[in-house]
Amino acid sequence: MVIPPAEHEREEARPQKASPLLRLALPVLLLVIWEIAAILLDNEFILPRIGSVLSILLHPAADILGSGSLISNGLISLERVLIGFFIATLIAIPLGIGMGRNDMVHTLFDPVIQMFRPIPPLAWVPLSLAWFKIGLSSMVFIIALGGFFPILLNTIDGVRSVRKTWIEAATTLGASEKGILMRVVLPGAAPTIWTGLRVGFGICWMCVVAAEMMPGTNSGIGYLIMTSYNWGQVQVIIAGMIVIGIIGLGVDSLFKFVEKRRFSWRELDR
Amino acid sequence: MSLTLKEITKRFTRRGVELTVLEDISLEVEDEEFLCILGPSGCGKTTLLRIIAGLEVATSGTVRVNEKEVSGPTPELAMIFQEYSLFPWRTVIENILFGLECRGLPQAEQMDQAKKYLDLVGLTEFAGSYPYELSGGMRQRVAVARAIAVNPSVLLMDEPFGALDAQTRNMLQKELLEIWQKTRKTILFVTHSVDEAVFLADRIVVLSRNPGRIRQIIDVTADRPRDRTCNECALIRREVLSLIEEEH
Repeated sequence: MVIPPAEHEREEARPQKASPLLRLALPVLLLVIWEIAAILLDNEFILPRIGSVLSILLHPAADILGSGSLISNGLISLERVLIGFFIATLIAIPLGIGMGRNDMVHTLFDPVIQMFRPIPPLAWVPLSLAWFKIGLSSMVFIIALGGFFPILLNTIDGVRSVRKTWIEAATTLGASEKGILMRVVLPGAAPTIWTGLRVGFGICWMCVVAAEMMPGTNSGIGYLIMTSYNWGQVQVIIAGMIVIGIIGLGVDSLFKFVEKRRFSWRELDR
Repeated sequence: MSLTLKEITKRFTRRGVELTVLEDISLEVEDEEFLCILGPSGCGKTTLLRIIAGLEVATSGTVRVNEKEVSGPTPELAMIFQEYSLFPWRTVIENILFGLECRGLPQAEQMDQAKKYLDLVGLTEFAGSYPYELSGGMRQRVAVARAIAVNPSVLLMDEPFGALDAQTRNMLQKELLEIWQKTRKTILFVTHSVDEAVFLADRIVVLSRNPGRIRQIIDVTADRPRDRTCNECALIRREVLSLIEEEH
């Protein structure tokens, strides 16, 4: 059989399937470079050997410098993030639905949102300390601010992407205003809102670590890193950073897993 | 069932210029009738259907269904759109359930009804499939089942088979006639295809363009199932085509 030229070319142009082993190549290389550099430097206050970081990671429940373990501090950070994230979600989703559905609401809120959006959450730290003093509430404030904008903007976007035909079909089938909101707008916007939640959570997670480095904090993974710095325990700093990465990646994968299971229709529906 | 259009006029203002899309459309739709609204693109036939459905407001004139004036969308008048009206996050059966859920029937009864109409369009085995897993023709079958499930007096269809290939379209036309004969619904069917109108309709309302007016109403009396190539069909086709061509 003769393959038509166009078909043939397409076959050629398709990129080669990469071996999954390739994913490991760079991480392994980085570890090797790290270990060599650590041996050459021979200064654990600048770059500890992999083994000493590993020995900390392998005992995640062990107390470190009297400041609690990796696990206990990680859980404290996670709890703070969840509170801030929850507050951000609670405000951003209803506001986003309002702004996406109603031009008047959008016009009313948009200027203020555009003005505040470019300010990084960490720029709020001094104000937040002045208003809420040191403690949970100032941290939650920073975290919620960080998560708020991606959730809000994605919600607006999602609500606006809901097809007019869906809404019209629903009204002709007898749906009330509330029915349209609950049965059409929300499920129709859900994939985009979910993306906003995922991005928002990522930013919340970055904010908590930074917020915990504020003076006067006495727990959390960010605090643990800062304390280790003051004690010259670089291997704990690195171990703490790895824990931050792992928790962040874990939550992100959870979001992606749900996205794939529940919201794949968006990609598949033309 | 009664559906009456009285002196419907629709004007738009676009960039300061007033545009008359529909002018003085009056029509009595008979009970259990299959009525096709036919016209060239831009003659306002979709706008007319949307006004009847209550999705748009006429500049003047009234639509009455069962003696009640239509002031907004009502399940009395179910609309079937050209495409992409199914909810992609719902399975086929959940799509059909939508209107029944809105009416707040007991759940078991909702399910019975939905299954009945799913069966009517011959898609029982696709109950759990998602719209993106179906072909265009199957999707429109689901849309028909979903609309009939709310038990409307009138089915409004806006070029429902316009996006389908010719063979699928012919098949769906036949199926629609069977459904129409089984359910005895009144159908208002908008199309720009003369063949489609001649095959389906009891009466064809031919619209003119700029402004959209009723140019003529043609009775099609050929027996069903119709042979698309029969003499009477050819004659009507010629008549309708000449009416449309005079436009240009």
